[in-house]
Amino acid sequence: MITFLKQQLYVLWSNVVTLWLVFTHMFKKKDTVEYPDVMPYMFPRWRGRIILSRDPDGEERCVACNLCAVACPVDCIALQKTEDENGRWYPEFFRINFSRCIMCGFCEEACPTHAIQLTPDFEMAEYVRQDMVWEKKDLLISGTGKYHDYNFYRIAGKAIGGKGKGEGRNELPPIDRRSLLP
Amino acid sequence: MFEFVVGSPLNIVLILGAVLITAALLIWIERRVLGFLNERLGPNRVGPFGILQSFADVGKLITKEDWVPQFSDKLTFVVAPIIVPVAMLLSFAVIPIAPGVGIIDLNIGLFWIMAMAGLGAYSAMLGGLASNNKFSLLGGLRAAGQMISYEVFMGISMLGVVILGNSFNLRDIVTAQKDQWFVIPQFVGFIVFVIAGLAETKRWPFDLAEGESEIISGFNTEYSGMKFGLFFVGEYIGMLVLSALIPVLFFGGWYAPFGWELPNPIISGVFWMIVKTSFWIFFFILVRAALVRPRYDQLMNYGWLVMLPLSLLNLLITGAVVLARGN
Repeated sequence: MITFLKQQLYVLWSNVVTLWLVFTHMFKKKDTVEYPDVMPYMFPRWRGRIILSRDPDGEERCVACNLCAVACPVDCIALQKTEDENGRWYPEFFRINFSRCIMCGFCEEACPTHAIQLTPDFEMAEYVRQDMVWEKKDLLISGTGKYHDYNFYRIAGKAIGGKGKGEGRNELPPIDRRSLLP
Repeated sequence: MFEFVVGSPLNIVLILGAVLITAALLIWIERRVLGFLNERLGPNRVGPFGILQSFADVGKLITKEDWVPQFSDKLTFVVAPIIVPVAMLLSFAVIPIAPGVGIIDLNIGLFWIMAMAGLGAYSAMLGGLASNNKFSLLGGLRAAGQMISYEVFMGISMLGVVILGNSFNLRDIVTAQKDQWFVIPQFVGFIVFVIAGLAETKRWPFDLAEGESEIISGFNTEYSGMKFGLFFVGEYIGMLVLSALIPVLFFGGWYAPFGWELPNPIISGVFWMIVKTSFWIFFFILVRAALVRPRYDQLMNYGWLVMLPLSLLNLLITGAVVLARGN
């Protein structure tokens, strides 16, 4: 009987303690982020809207190697390679279907030229489904994105107009193998 | 006609309007306070501070499809949700708000409230039965068992107040508390009454009749649109009645604490009544945020094995003390 009463009193008391603890939460800082009014801080490496960046000279970085399209697990990237008069490769069209894209960032990892990058922007809702398909003119930005001084054609050995073999950074002039003959 | 006498048309219109508007606002207040207790903000988009949220909710409920299931008992299905708001509004009629402010001065006021609370049980019961759905039936069963058993010691816990106040009339009970609030001599009765009242209004943590994690939504599973809204509003009016009844029975009704009277007795009474009622409304929302729902057998055991002996003991001791004092 006594233990029963003690138990009942304990139950009542523990409920009172619970009530008090919950009440103190009323004055704590609220976790809610009032999103459209207050923009939350987005981390720089957040995987959001995909962009195509340019190199420091203002040329397209994308060399249309198709690695991003191969890496994409949902096949949302489509592109076609073409070449300009200097021998630079670039995509004739570059199309990302954002209604399929899952923002996994594999394309960014696969890209050998830092051309395709994911940005912290996530406000991509559209009323018409067709508007979710972004073309190259929508994807291409005028800046360098996350890597400011990387320029693929300055480093790679490939000769393009205005830069011959061996003129890249950290590159020696090509060796005439025949000069080594005895 | 336009004076503050109990039952004057001015009183009736003002009190009815205030109760209905408060019941509508409670939808918003409850969600907002609950949000704050959960470290959220709650609905704050519609109107200033989200105060128009309840009107948006009501608009949504009214324009929804009013579906009556093919398999239901149609007449009972339609009648059931009407009972609870009507019964709860009727029981608010006897609540004394201030000297001269009130709708009716019944000399059996407490009986009236108990009767109306009993009628309110029919709503959940018939609603659950008429829906012809196993979850609704379970919810209706639970509601009936819970409300009938907790009504027993809700009534018995009130009797201590009746003995001290020497009347069933709520106005007399309030007047008897002019010098000392009944919460001090009737502390046990007060605790029993609050817990039984929580169970009686089917509010958390005793929402077993709805118990959405167990039986979907209990007796109102099949209800949609304004029929569901009536259940909803009825529950909030019931909460309002209970929050007003606790101050009347135990916290001195319209009397100010520590003699902090305002100059006009009517204004002072209405003000303190609103303050006390608001406190209890807040308390019920706090209980909803904090406490967990018991199992049904725990609820029944707690009721019959703890609350009933406790309330009977309280009644016995109160009666003995009053007899021994000889008044």
